[in-house]
Amino acid sequence: MTTEVLKPSRGYALIAENDVHHHDHGEKALSGFWLFMMSDLIIFGLFFATYLTTLNKMAIAGGPTPHDLFELKGAAMETAFLLASSFTFGLSSLAMKYDLGTSKVVGWLVVTLLLGAGFLFFEVSEFSRMFAEGAVPQRSGFLSAFFGLVPLHGAHVTAGCLWLIVMLVQIRVFGLTDAVKSRLMRLALFWHFLDVIWIGIFSAVYLAGVAQ
Amino acid sequence: MKTENASSREAYLHDLRGYQTGLLLAVLLTVVPFGLVAWGGLSYVTAMSVVAVLAIVQIVVHVRYFLHVDLSPERRDDLHLILFSALLLAIMVAGSIWILVNLQTRMMMPM
Amino acid sequence: MTLTDWNPILGRLTLQSLDPLKAVFDPTVNNFIASGAADAVVVGALLGVVLMTKYRLWKPLWNNWLTTVDHKRIGVMYIVLALVMLVRGVVEAVLMRAQQADGLHGGFLSADHFAQLFSTHGTIMIFFMAMPFLTGLINIVVPLQIGARDVSFPMLNSVSLGLTVAGAALVMISLVLGDFSTGGWTGYPPYTEAAFQPGVGPDYWIWSLGIAGLGSTLTGLNFIVTIYKERAPGMKFMHMPMFTWTALCTAILLVFAMPPLTVCAVMLALDRYAGFHFFTNALGGNMMNFANMLWLFGHPEVYILILPAFGVFSEIVSTFSGKRIYGYASLVLATMCIAVLSFTVWLHHFFTMGQDADVNAAFGIATMLIGIPTGVKIFDWLATIYRGRLQFTVPMVYMLSFMMLFVIGGLTGIILANPTVDFQVHNTLFLVAHFHNMLIPGLLFGMLAGYNYWFPKVFGFRLNEKWGHVSAYSWTIGFVLAFFPLYAVGLMGMTRRTVSYTNPAFQPWFQIALAGGFFVLFALFSMGMQLYVSIRDRDLLEAGADDPWNARTLEWATPSPVPAYNFAIVPTVDSRDAYAMAKASGAAYMSPARFNNIHLPGKTSLGVVTAVGGTALGFGLVWHMWWLAILSLVLVVAAFLARTFTEDEGVTIPSGIARRDFDAWMKRIRPEGWSDDTAPEMPGLETAQPMEHAE
Ligand code: HEM
Ligand SMILES: [Cu+2]
Repeated sequence: MTTEVLKPSRGYALIAENDVHHHDHGEKALSGFWLFMMSDLIIFGLFFATYLTTLNKMAIAGGPTPHDLFELKGAAMETAFLLASSFTFGLSSLAMKYDLGTSKVVGWLVVTLLLGAGFLFFEVSEFSRMFAEGAVPQRSGFLSAFFGLVPLHGAHVTAGCLWLIVMLVQIRVFGLTDAVKSRLMRLALFWHFLDVIWIGIFSAVYLAGVAQ
Repeated sequence: MKTENASSREAYLHDLRGYQTGLLLAVLLTVVPFGLVAWGGLSYVTAMSVVAVLAIVQIVVHVRYFLHVDLSPERRDDLHLILFSALLLAIMVAGSIWILVNLQTRMMMPM
Repeated sequence: MTLTDWNPILGRLTLQSLDPLKAVFDPTVNNFIASGAADAVVVGALLGVVLMTKYRLWKPLWNNWLTTVDHKRIGVMYIVLALVMLVRGVVEAVLMRAQQADGLHGGFLSADHFAQLFSTHGTIMIFFMAMPFLTGLINIVVPLQIGARDVSFPMLNSVSLGLTVAGAALVMISLVLGDFSTGGWTGYPPYTEAAFQPGVGPDYWIWSLGIAGLGSTLTGLNFIVTIYKERAPGMKFMHMPMFTWTALCTAILLVFAMPPLTVCAVMLALDRYAGFHFFTNALGGNMMNFANMLWLFGHPEVYILILPAFGVFSEIVSTFSGKRIYGYASLVLATMCIAVLSFTVWLHHFFTMGQDADVNAAFGIATMLIGIPTGVKIFDWLATIYRGRLQFTVPMVYMLSFMMLFVIGGLTGIILANPTVDFQVHNTLFLVAHFHNMLIPGLLFGMLAGYNYWFPKVFGFRLNEKWGHVSAYSWTIGFVLAFFPLYAVGLMGMTRRTVSYTNPAFQPWFQIALAGGFFVLFALFSMGMQLYVSIRDRDLLEAGADDPWNARTLEWATPSPVPAYNFAIVPTVDSRDAYAMAKASGAAYMSPARFNNIHLPGKTSLGVVTAVGGTALGFGLVWHMWWLAILSLVLVVAAFLARTFTEDEGVTIPSGIARRDFDAWMKRIRPEGWSDDTAPEMPGLETAQPMEHAE
């Protein structure tokens, strides 16, 4: 080993055999997507931080408190739907990875989509209940922070659902080509990531609010 | 099922078990904190500490079983990325809370 | 803003919003300047269109530039944008200098106009001069330095440029339609809330930053993956040139530091558009959180700006000293330390906000710590120069001027890092002097040095040395005259962002500063002359442009101008300073055994779609033209979706063309009497075996 290091370097050599590109675009795209998610994670983190600093009398400004507003049932439903959807997406990914047939992949994706839509349904009905109680974002700093954080996650889930629909169309049009598979892998990451964010939301927002 | 050879079927079952384990742990780690809060027998601080710890454990479970990031060399880069992001996230979130809560107490605002 | 002022088609745009007409409605000097600037933008744009049409340049512009995914051309477009915005920023700066030179008598600008000037100047210089400049250099240089054919995501690269351009376009439009924010480049609420500034100003600020910020995040992501995955075979991390290292750290900072800016801009937008209370005075808003998040972005941002400049200087100092860089490993380590530490000091921008002394102390100490790795770098550069064979080229003049001035700026920074001192000089011109002292000799000189250094690489001819020297010296003198007086008036108590003053003792200092402003204008003029003269004499300046500086890194191991495919054969690397090594060993003059066909990605119009759509989206949001905002968003999304349903065939460059270019290049650079057969026996030939591809 040492003798090799001592040899004077050549700098570089032009060797055509080394200049073969295995175009592994999928892997690169996955790495890029990880970075994008981590950037997004910081965005969520700051909305969390903002929310946590509004849990005081000044920011509640005489409006409804977390304890008045939140109830466990809705949050539990939403959690159940999202967690189940993460699992079904996993089953779809497995079906894709082990070539269990396009119909299995699509089937689990559709189930995932329905669960995601179910999550959104419960979330929206929760918001409309809050609106009806006068808990609108314009009411207080605390509610602004709440309606900054939780719907931001909801908007991500909505985007995920739309993306899922696009992917279902693409599977229909192209079949499970490499490009489609690679996009599905990114969508899977995104979906699981949103479930991770939700753990933070049900703990720091709902459980903390109800327990107070 | 199209899987012809047994080894691939084994790998499939192994992966499937991974997702099932993840789901099981996640359900457990969700039901317990919800139950604790619903029961209401613990003080706020104790309950919240338990909730926070379980949330962090559950995040690790998701990362391990759903995002498949573990200690293996192939996933080393992703793991480093996650840890680095977590570090920055902690600095930003904890720092923000420290600063803003300090400002609030100094303005003698009731918490 | 009442509903009656709002029109479903034009939003809140009215005749009064047209700045060219300001001087007609109310003819004052102030308004003539405002209208003049608006007219200049309109006339400039029209002139551009007319000239393009006259010389039939639209088609080449579209084919060769706007739709390209070639990282070098994208880089050039970034730098053109940066230079245009630099001109605007400097003109505004000199206007402010002129105003304050006469500030004892009230000057000639209204307070509001002055406030718009420092707000646009700051915003432009940071986001639309500095960021595009460094992004442009990174784009041009990094793929070449790591021996890659392109970035990992070429199309995304074009989209990032589109987003940056859209942001810049919004700032330019604000000169013509409506006013810009008067809230400074930091846009602090509650002053930028709807209650205080109901007009379009802060909205221009929010959307130009928001849109450009997304572009920067994507650029960061792209370059991290590029540097991780596209390095030439054999190139280890510790073989990477310093500029690539600093580009990597800057890219990491972009990915993690842009989000706080996005978050505070979005929250401010929610306050202004939807009546939320994130930062308002009333109902539990907390404006201190805005300062907190803005600087969570803002401090890493200053390292985003300075690290690439450090990288440029590292390349330059070693090239023009004719030596390896001293302390490579320590430079790498220092860069990484700076990158991480930069996330731990943001509070030093608001020591006076009211937190406990121990909070201030913690962040003050963290701030002083950053001085250590920065000091390491300065010593490494000094040691590189020591006993080197110095060449006083234009980049080197910038480098030396940087070394001297930057240390002064760093020392004033250490002074400011002390909270007790900061309480005295916070918000004074002392601070303005400090940060310009970092930004001009640091960032700007770095970028200009890089521009002079890599120009021949991109265009195949050198820049004129004489005018280059004139501009480098003028920048230096101009900077010293314009900013050292501000340290003095700052200590005397002159606050920043102030249109006029009553203390006669300030005036002489401001007059000196104005003189400095004129030198800076002259420096800008010399840069223009340099470009003009160089293009005129390009035949003369072509000589030796393949490797004009006897450089050391891989970007020079290919012809100038660089062919679209960068390298005929991607080099297999076995050391740092690979090109210097290869020149010494003779490997740089050897022909490869064979050539391959080269595959490159095809053109895309998504960048243009993003630029136009992004501008329209921002414009619609600023002026409350909801139909325009929705329409442009839908169209952009549709364009992206449509793209995912098509396959990019790309283009294939036949090996014959690569061979032809390569042979022509070799003919130019080979030493007298070279032939492959008589080439000396190469040392270290074991590396000349095909190797397992990395990854
Ligand atoms: C070229 C010579 C330059 C001159 C003469 C100049 C002059 C000025 C002046 C007069 C101000 C207003 C100071 C005040 O608050 O009273 C200012 C602010 C500022 N300048 Fe420059 N500047 C120059 C270059 C730059 C560059 C290269 C950058 C950044 C890359 C920059 C960034 C800023 C920023 C961020 C502000 C603060 C704006 C604010 O208060 O919100 N300037 N400059
Ligand atoms: Cu700072």
